[in-house]
Amino acid sequence: MAEPAPTLQLQGLGKHYPGAAQPSLQGVDLQLPGGAISVVMGLSGSGKSTLLRLVNRLVEPSAGRVLCGTVDVTALASEPLRGWRQQTTAMVFQRYSLLPHRNVLQNVAYPLTLRGVPAARAASQARQWLQRVGLAGVEASWPVALSGGMQQRVGLARALAADAPVLLMDEPFAALDPLHRRTMQDLLLGLQQQLRKTIVFITHDLDEALRLADHLVILSGGQVLQQGVPAAIVLAPADAHVRDFLQGLNRGRLLRCAALVQAGAPVAGPALPAGATLAEAARAMLAAGVQQANVQAVDGSHLGTLAMAAVVAQLAA
Amino acid sequence: MGFPALPAETLTALKLAIDGSFLAFSQRHGEAIERAFLPLQQALIGAEQALLACPWWLLIAAVAALAWSASRRWTLSLGCAATLALLGAFGLWDDTLKTLAMVLVATALALAIGLPLGVAMARSPRLQRVLGPVLDVMQTLPSFVYLIPAVMLLGIGRVPGLLAVLVYALPPMVRLTSLGLREVDADVLEAADAFGASRWQRLWGVQLPLALPTLMAAVNQTIMMALAMVVVAAMIGVQGLGQPVLKAINNQYFALGLFNGLAIVAIAIVFDRIAQAWGWRVQRHRQPSGQSGHG
Repeated sequence: MAEPAPTLQLQGLGKHYPGAAQPSLQGVDLQLPGGAISVVMGLSGSGKSTLLRLVNRLVEPSAGRVLCGTVDVTALASEPLRGWRQQTTAMVFQRYSLLPHRNVLQNVAYPLTLRGVPAARAASQARQWLQRVGLAGVEASWPVALSGGMQQRVGLARALAADAPVLLMDEPFAALDPLHRRTMQDLLLGLQQQLRKTIVFITHDLDEALRLADHLVILSGGQVLQQGVPAAIVLAPADAHVRDFLQGLNRGRLLRCAALVQAGAPVAGPALPAGATLAEAARAMLAAGVQQANVQAVDGSHLGTLAMAAVVAQLAA
Repeated sequence: MGFPALPAETLTALKLAIDGSFLAFSQRHGEAIERAFLPLQQALIGAEQALLACPWWLLIAAVAALAWSASRRWTLSLGCAATLALLGAFGLWDDTLKTLAMVLVATALALAIGLPLGVAMARSPRLQRVLGPVLDVMQTLPSFVYLIPAVMLLGIGRVPGLLAVLVYALPPMVRLTSLGLREVDADVLEAADAFGASRWQRLWGVQLPLALPTLMAAVNQTIMMALAMVVVAAMIGVQGLGQPVLKAINNQYFALGLFNGLAIVAIAIVFDRIAQAWGWRVQRHRQPSGQSGHG
């Protein structure tokens, strides 16, 4: 992609399904940064799947606007909307949603076929994407013959083959076992480093959210409770609900020294990189038998100090 | 005590009025209607003549090839060929072909009318509410009842016979098409929408292929219904295996009726096996193991 992926802006977005007592979503204002992974995290019934489908209007909003870059998605008529979906968005689904009557290669080529890309070119691009997700060799298989993890790789390859700057992912790894889930998360992170797409990722799994998110949105009861950088949310939960969400979280492995660093002259103690986790920092200070340490930037310059008390306070929170 | 019915004179007058007005209608428009159905008659005659002009060995070979391409099983292919050869040996060849022509034209028409109707019905619950009872009537109204006006308008012959077959064979086509389309996994359709498929791409690329097994069952049903109507159609002058059965009924020729009746059954079995084998093959992608992936 030559140009940077667009930022998504949701303005006052709401959805009230006809006949439902409560609106599924209400007054959602979000700015999802371009080229970054925004994770929307919420429990079932929080409206997170609806939120994702409002972005590409698989569900029609009952209030509010969606802006993708400069395009007002909510204002598009049905034909331009179709074109916009073909060019700009791709989607990965919780239950893979592969086309059962097309083989793996044809599934991956599907978005290109819809766009009228000549079959030979579509096939060769699809083959490349299958390779990128580690699935070379199963091109001719039927989807049903593959394991869940492999089917979701096909789903991911299909979405990537669409060559769209916006990637919408609806709990894509929720149906996989923990080991495959982690592998797929790593795969996604690795691909994203090169692709820099605007990714909206839905999950109910806090660990997954914190692993992937550049920008984290916590959704509950159809409303946004808090949004921001994951570490900022962990350090300063907006209210009791968010604190509930974060319970049982392994802060020692999640938070990094940079989040707790305090300005000050160098002290006697070990020097830690800003990217070290709190657990690593605590171990280093214990080993040195001191109560504080220095925090350094990547280039070795002094950033400030870190107090053991601050680390312990976080680990015990 | 009898039920207090309307006076006999009133009922007679009512029937006379209906008969009179229909008679007047058929006298006024009969010719135009007959002309409108002329292409149908030509199609029927054309199909019949084409089949009759075909050398018998070529037809048997064609059916055997069809069976093989549908099933990839030599046993089925040979079985179908042997069945046809047996029909020929019993002197039923020409009648079989005449019946075949009728069934083929009726099935093609049922497909041409039933498929779009079924698609429309799957889309519109309102159309479904309207069409449902009509289809019920078509399937339950005794065929002779609508044959009377058909014969009055078009005379004895192939076309009213074809209409009778169609009226009976069309409902399963429409209903099963609609059912098959509505049963397609909503998740898969959502994926098609998400990638920007047009309605046409959705229908041809996703819905119809996924509904194919049900559609095959629909075609199969249509063929069976058409064969079931062969004897009734014979009553209004349709040539084929039905005629000898009719003669057998009138004259108590047990063997004649048996041969021709069994011939109808044999054709039904041949068609059914071919259609089913093909239905299985188009569903290969549904089986997780086996010879998947090399189609």
